[in-house]
Amino acid sequence: MRLRLVVNGEVREVDDVWEGESLLYVLRERLELPGSKNACEQGECGSCSVYVDGSLVCSCLVLAGQAEGREVVTVEGISDGDDLHPVQRAFVDAGAVQCGFCTPGFVVATHDLLRRNPDPDEADIREALAGNLCRCTGYEKILDAVRLAARGATG
Amino acid sequence: MTSGVPIGVPAGAMPPAPTRERPRSPVQRPGRVGEESARIDGVPKVRGEFEYSSDLWMDGMLHGATLRSPHPHANIRRMDTSEAEEMAGVHAVLTHEDVPGRKVYGMEIPDQPVLAWERVRYQGEPVAVVAADHPETARRALEKIRVEYEVLDPVTSAEEAMREDAPKLHLSGNVLRRVKVLHGQPAGATAEVVVAGEYEVGMQDQAFLGPESGLAVPDGRGGVDLHISTQWLHIDRDQVAESLGLAPDEVRLTLSGVGGAFGGREDLSMQIHSCMLALETGRPVRMVYNREESFYGHVHRHPCKMRFEHGATRDGKLVYVRAGLVFDGGAYASSSNAVCLNAATFACGPYDVPHAQIESHMLYTNNPPCGAMRGFGAVQACFAHESQMDRLAGALGMDPIDLRLKNAIEPGMRFPFGQEVPHPAPVREILKKVKDVPMPEEQELAGRDPRELPGGVSNVTRGEGVKRGVGYAVGFKNIGFSAGFDDYSTARVTLAVEGGEPLVRVHTAAAEVGQGLVTLQAQIARTELGVERVAVEPADTRVGSAGSTSASRQSYVTGAAVEGACAAIREHLFERVREELGGNGDLSLDGDEVLSEGRVIVSLVDLLGDEEIEETLEYHHKETHPLDENGQGDAHLQFAFAAHRAVVEVDTELGLVRVVEIATAQDVGKIMNPQALEGQIEGGIAQGLGLALMEEIQVKSGKVQNASFTDYLLPTILDMPSVRMEILELADPEAPYGLKGVGEPPTISSTPAIVAALRDATGQPLTRIPVRPEQMVGISSKPPEEPPHPGSAGYAEIGRLDERPEH
Amino acid sequence: MEFIQPLNLAEALEAKDAHPEAVPIRGGTDVMVGLNFARSRPAAVLDLSRVEELEEWGLEDGLLRVGAGVSYTRIIEEIGGRLPGLARASRTVGSPQIRNRGTVGGNLGTASPAGDGLPPLYASDAEVEVVSTRGSRRIPVADFISGPKRNALAPQELISAFYVAEAGGPQQYSKIGTRNAMVIAVCAFALALHPESGRVGTCVGSAGPTPLRAEEAERFMRGVLEEGGLWESRGAIPEAALRRFGELVAGAARPIDDVRGTAEYRRHSVGVLARRALGWAWDEYRGVRGAA
Repeated sequence: MRLRLVVNGEVREVDDVWEGESLLYVLRERLELPGSKNACEQGECGSCSVYVDGSLVCSCLVLAGQAEGREVVTVEGISDGDDLHPVQRAFVDAGAVQCGFCTPGFVVATHDLLRRNPDPDEADIREALAGNLCRCTGYEKILDAVRLAARGATG
Repeated sequence: MTSGVPIGVPAGAMPPAPTRERPRSPVQRPGRVGEESARIDGVPKVRGEFEYSSDLWMDGMLHGATLRSPHPHANIRRMDTSEAEEMAGVHAVLTHEDVPGRKVYGMEIPDQPVLAWERVRYQGEPVAVVAADHPETARRALEKIRVEYEVLDPVTSAEEAMREDAPKLHLSGNVLRRVKVLHGQPAGATAEVVVAGEYEVGMQDQAFLGPESGLAVPDGRGGVDLHISTQWLHIDRDQVAESLGLAPDEVRLTLSGVGGAFGGREDLSMQIHSCMLALETGRPVRMVYNREESFYGHVHRHPCKMRFEHGATRDGKLVYVRAGLVFDGGAYASSSNAVCLNAATFACGPYDVPHAQIESHMLYTNNPPCGAMRGFGAVQACFAHESQMDRLAGALGMDPIDLRLKNAIEPGMRFPFGQEVPHPAPVREILKKVKDVPMPEEQELAGRDPRELPGGVSNVTRGEGVKRGVGYAVGFKNIGFSAGFDDYSTARVTLAVEGGEPLVRVHTAAAEVGQGLVTLQAQIARTELGVERVAVEPADTRVGSAGSTSASRQSYVTGAAVEGACAAIREHLFERVREELGGNGDLSLDGDEVLSEGRVIVSLVDLLGDEEIEETLEYHHKETHPLDENGQGDAHLQFAFAAHRAVVEVDTELGLVRVVEIATAQDVGKIMNPQALEGQIEGGIAQGLGLALMEEIQVKSGKVQNASFTDYLLPTILDMPSVRMEILELADPEAPYGLKGVGEPPTISSTPAIVAALRDATGQPLTRIPVRPEQMVGISSKPPEEPPHPGSAGYAEIGRLDERPEH
Repeated sequence: MEFIQPLNLAEALEAKDAHPEAVPIRGGTDVMVGLNFARSRPAAVLDLSRVEELEEWGLEDGLLRVGAGVSYTRIIEEIGGRLPGLARASRTVGSPQIRNRGTVGGNLGTASPAGDGLPPLYASDAEVEVVSTRGSRRIPVADFISGPKRNALAPQELISAFYVAEAGGPQQYSKIGTRNAMVIAVCAFALALHPESGRVGTCVGSAGPTPLRAEEAERFMRGVLEEGGLWESRGAIPEAALRRFGELVAGAARPIDDVRGTAEYRRHSVGVLARRALGWAWDEYRGVRGAA
């Protein structure tokens, strides 16, 4: 089938999509946007987190056709051109990145958290990011990164 | 869905001899050794631009898929691939008959079929592979392959495998390895106070997030390029070449982005399969496992049953340790031999034990193959010896820390396996340090945010039943490969002027798996050559082996190789300075300049001109030796020590846990990169916490029950507490910069510390990990003998996302 | 595979009539797992994510009518004050990502005994509204869920909404999992106090083939409250009665052993949850500070 959607502000059209593909698959394999990651493909790890019409979702759980006409923002669309978004900068500076496979999902989920709650306390951060698994860092530096980004955002 | 209609993108014109561009290596301006230095791959990773092996993509590439045995033990009677081959969009269907070279592989013992023939020995064993134009086409083709199995009774435990009447799973029998350590006169040893215990460790999974994946590209001349996430490029290459019947230089490997490893990528997964499919079809073939397949696609941490007996004097001095450890190695050897040896040598813990008798057994079974995982045999042993030390302290009425301090091993003593304890071995210091970390304040239970109580958002307690517990543990681990293995790494370093400034290029085959080695190599080059700009080349097999990214060894061994190659370049530069400029005295390099007695005498730009200086160095670490028949020998290179204190809160009525804080003290020899070090320690502890509380691959009758992240639970950010750390820098005089490997110790003693804290809170014996809520409330958690019948009123499927039928 | 995307409810019902075999999908949190792992290969899927009628909620004849497509996030944010038990349950569902997509309608469709959205509906006597081109019918939730992963939906029908009374008293939901977030319930317990009728609504989740009302426990506690005049006096429930209530709830469970926990532990822990939840709810009813 043919699919038309807006990704990172750009209208994208793809043909020959098999109806059983997920939005994650379409992004990664058909739109050259492999930033969203395929770690579990059942909504348990959050590494494929994207925005669909402004709502944070696991793109592995969105059927391709459901994204028709929707506005999708992926990790590749978070930064402003070459400049890192403050959340991205904070993840680099805080040492929150190791293997990095979970990082795109954490970046998008943190972006969403700070949009909704610019000054989260520790429990808020932990609850908001509970759907993003990281196997390398033990999460401490991720918490640091979120706090750093929040401080940057709230001045 | 209509079958038979191709669903992939219609294949375009086949590209002639496809090649992939070699990725460029970004130039970094690293800090020096010991300084904070941001990861060079951090920026592409936060942008989603870092290319992992599952992101690889080429025009015209095909998708590979693997047919796996549904049975843990069966004879293969017949295989028919014809229907699959005829499907539209399917380009190749291969079985064992198509393996061009050696039909088996394995790091230590080549006992594992590339593709099974005659017999399958574990559920999930690869039987056939397919290449097709779309992953779904490939999956459907797998379903069209007819395999007729004669199902056999599986050997489902190590004890069963030891029985004389057990079916022999391999020609060599079921005992894969036996290591005995005899020290002192254990046979007649008696003691005033004796404690004995049985302990069990479940099967943990590395659960790296980036699934097994890679892209094989045929070179058109019979060879193949493989882009792959792995821990050790050269051992992969050698095994792949052997099974493809190719010369090693016809198989070239390039490291792709690795989404974590933790031991699980030391063995091959899809490497040979993808290359076979690429060579067969003449097209690039990518294989990407999904999460379920990943549970079948790599080895796991060995389950282990242990029986320990400790004897001590009434005042708490250890007299003897007798221990038997039985490991379930699963269907194939992997690195089980070395795990068995490690566990035997570490069974007594970092204590002075006059008499010891240790027997460690490794058995073949029809369970999933087990092999390397962070901690490698020391994890299982540490859980037992630390549980025993607590038990002994209880029997003696002694403080558990005092008992450990009293028996701590010291430099100059001998380990039970005969090796002299090198300096430094700061067991006492780290125990004292971790004890002296201020205890976290005890918060009021009433009125607390539920997210800071056991159960978290699940709203199970407002303080009811919650008790605090504190536990300690100490552990140690060998760094580097042991027991006579020629363990080495190769570094090729070049220095030249590029873009008007000096640039060092570092090329090794060492696998960056997330730990930060690319940054460390650059820091070393910067430090040794005083050059601001460094580029670390992509790791590949164009340079000599770096050995494995395991055993916490890369900073040491590859670090030493880079240091050595840089030193050779430096000597070369100094020689030229002395020859050309007559400089003498104390030369040094800093800020892209050569200095004599601290004063600039020439810039590197001027000194080098158009010349490029290249040095390649192979660093072999100090020789180690195999154990003799009594388990004696200088088997290990270096030892790293860490201690942990866990503070937990347990809802003692429900058996639910909140870990409040972990404190740790670890001797790292030298802090090479503070941020990376902290990340290793925190991440390692999280894996130790997972093993203590939740992580287990449940296997019943040889079949995995929970091959998904829905039921194999990893700690979330709500489960992992803050870590307080005390870092010691006691230099190892033989190691580069005095450093010690840091990756594994955090995982080893964090687990027993948490379990000790749980015992403190609950009063339950807790002899099996992961600890289940059942055990904490005193309900038997023994799993039912037989899995519930899937059809029985659907009960067995309750809530299983992964088995929900359509409706 | 056919992908059918109706733009409103009428279209959806016609599509379901024409393709009764089509699998409805909205949040995708169940259906996509089957597709991604090739465990289910439906001939057709019916995407309900454009059907705005399913996303509405409001008061109707004194009851709340909540569209089957209202996400857990919206239940927490928009209806949490009116349905605190369901909101608590919603908060334990997966992660923010899952709660943004998942719906009670999905829980009803999947009919897993572990669905967190279900026990609060049982405890408050909710009714499920199902529709087809032939009209609609309302089914008590306990009748709608007919077995493990089975429900009373006819092939041509879709789940359109559930009806439930606004909370007339305190409500609780507690769930056992072996980690502190992102778990499928080992077992769960929902409680709703109904001061207006003197009833105590309960439901045990994930400890039986379907969610189960603990009817004996309900009767027992109703009697305790009535006899003691506790509704009026707002006096404390005797500790022994709380314990008995927990035991009766545990007795109502019909659990099994599986990878997530043993039957014995499920029975034990659901009893503990019931005792605690009633204590909290009753404290809240009595106006004890900090009890909510």
